[in-house]
Amino acid sequence: MNRMFAIIEREMRKFFRSPVLMIMSMMLPLVQLIILGNAFGGKVRGARVAVVDYDHGPQSVKIREEFDSVAVNIATFTTLNYNDERQAREDVRTGKIDAAVIIPAQYSRHVYTKDAPRLGLVVDNSDQFMSSSIEGEMQSLVDALNQPVVPDRVVKNIALQIVELYPYVEYMKYLLSGSIALAMYISVMIGGGMLYIDDKARGVHEGYLVTPITKLELVMGLNIAGAIKAVLSGICLTVIGSLMAGLGVIFHPAALFDLFLLILGTSIAFNGMMFLMMVRVDDPLVPRAMFGVLNTLLFFPSGAIYPIAAFPKWLRAIAIVDPFTYAIHGFKAILLKDGGLVSIERDLLFLFAFGIGTLLIATPLFKRTL
Amino acid sequence: MTRTLKPGPAMHAEGAPPGVAPPAIAVEDIVKRYGDFEAVKKVNFQVADGEIFGLLGPNGAGKSTLIRMMTTLIPVTSGRALVGGHDVSKEANAVRRMIGVIPQALTSDQDLTVEENLSIYAKLYSVPRAEREKNINEVLEAVDLAKWRGAQTKTLSGGMRRRLEIARGLVHDPRIFFLDEPTTGLDPVSRIAVWEMLNNLKKTRSLTMLLTTHYMEEADRLCDRIAIVDHGTLVALGTPVELKQSVPGSNVVEVQFAREWDEWPARLGQLTGVTDVQSQSAGVYRVLTSNGSQTTTQLVEMATSLGEQLTSLSVQNTSLDDVFVHYTGRQLRDEQIKPVNFIMPPRPGAQP
Repeated sequence: MNRMFAIIEREMRKFFRSPVLMIMSMMLPLVQLIILGNAFGGKVRGARVAVVDYDHGPQSVKIREEFDSVAVNIATFTTLNYNDERQAREDVRTGKIDAAVIIPAQYSRHVYTKDAPRLGLVVDNSDQFMSSSIEGEMQSLVDALNQPVVPDRVVKNIALQIVELYPYVEYMKYLLSGSIALAMYISVMIGGGMLYIDDKARGVHEGYLVTPITKLELVMGLNIAGAIKAVLSGICLTVIGSLMAGLGVIFHPAALFDLFLLILGTSIAFNGMMFLMMVRVDDPLVPRAMFGVLNTLLFFPSGAIYPIAAFPKWLRAIAIVDPFTYAIHGFKAILLKDGGLVSIERDLLFLFAFGIGTLLIATPLFKRTL
Repeated sequence: MTRTLKPGPAMHAEGAPPGVAPPAIAVEDIVKRYGDFEAVKKVNFQVADGEIFGLLGPNGAGKSTLIRMMTTLIPVTSGRALVGGHDVSKEANAVRRMIGVIPQALTSDQDLTVEENLSIYAKLYSVPRAEREKNINEVLEAVDLAKWRGAQTKTLSGGMRRRLEIARGLVHDPRIFFLDEPTTGLDPVSRIAVWEMLNNLKKTRSLTMLLTTHYMEEADRLCDRIAIVDHGTLVALGTPVELKQSVPGSNVVEVQFAREWDEWPARLGQLTGVTDVQSQSAGVYRVLTSNGSQTTTQLVEMATSLGEQLTSLSVQNTSLDDVFVHYTGRQLRDEQIKPVNFIMPPRPGAQP
């Protein structure tokens, strides 16, 4: 056991003497949290919409008044007057404007005669998010125009009443769980994967192998040290990220305990996975080359930035065996929902089982000789 | 075929003759095979207790493979190696407890201090806490690094780092010390300092040492006996004096002619006592002879009679260089190593 602790001591002394690892492991997730958290989840503002009015009647004036109202209030779009429909379409195509509304000739007359009045909307559907936002806003305008001036005596509109269990979750808060898991992954990748192979290539392990240390002591020493580094990264990002995102859950002792269990389980799972992948690798290029691929393969299918329910079947299959999925689900359950231990039992079970399982497979593969 | 110049008694650890100390290291018909390639071919030798034993050989000769088998780093294909009476294949941990190993590369942690490096290794060898501090102090004194104990390893020079590696190998008070090219890359002053240190350690700690080296002078000054390894076999074994005597010709005449001429080797070979002529660059020849003074006189007379001028002429005794060339030849060795796409660059200060 003392020899195992010697390995841990060596790794931790190096870690604290060179804080670059901890800073680097938190830099990407923090930048991602700040940039993506602010970039996504917001509403479209200031889109440019051309209005081509061939009618010039009282109903087209009414529509333009509604547009002006949107422009000064919710500001989803501002309008530009066009005289030529073809020019408006061309400008949408070339990206000069985001959409064009065509008010056809005789529109007012069709409204008054109830003769299927139509408005045209030209959108750039290569940008789904923008076109959906403009379409949604236009649809609500049209719905408002369709309301009868004199209400029916029997109201037939059926309304869906939505009950939101939690306060409004901004995207930054939603993203925080993924950022914590990502920081721990980077810490394991650099501190456990790259440094391990670099040490191997520099001959440091040769020094260990001529001592009476056993295979199990060496494997456990390296993995416990790696797990401690990942736990420290996870704790730092949980605290910093929660403060940045405005989540007060970190001030509740019970939630803190749950978060610690999750961080511990995640670090063991990530370390076991990394050790299994690196146990027979000698070339220092390999972990560097794998870094980006693994990041994409594990982080994105995990539901960190997009719900798993929207994935195709094969991507859901990856999510099922991906430790990121359970880590992120658990962090969301505590950070966003304060669900308590019961909400993360399944995640903890998977993470600890995954970590122990991968270590059990990796240990016999570890070579005690060169 | 091994040429044992002064064979010792066939001693095995468990079967040493009464009154004779068992050898510290006994290698018997040891073989290392990688697929079809035989890196070490049935090598036999013994190292007596307290002896400094050198393994000499060109690149790829099998020296490092031999030392790695003896230090339990790689498995033995066949044959056996006994270190301190323990079989490296069957009692690897017992072997590890009694050996200290200095690898070829500088592998101490650069981010740790000198003392931390030693302390970690003392713990890896399970040195009790009470002895740890004492051992660290002693080895730091022995390698003259006591005043640098708190310095970070990355701030040390190459020579100091090599001394730290030696201290690290001694921190658990081993009986047998393996050094794989301990002075490679060191400047001459540092190299001499390491030699003196190893000689002192041998005297003060009763250590048995086995070292590999490229430097003939190092082997000559340090080793009680030397084994020359080539193509995985032991080609010669003996004391430095015995090895020098084994080479035909007791003197070397080094001559440089003003004019390069193809006939020179043949002409030199005809002189009295000459056993070998080795062509160096630009008209320089090393002539091995049993009678240095007579060969020199005849050489000068020959040059005068031919109207040729000598640029330089010197006579010296046979060196280990001549022994090495005699046994291993002058052919350049192309060494094939395990192919990897990328070799980890050493961190700044990793190489001396």
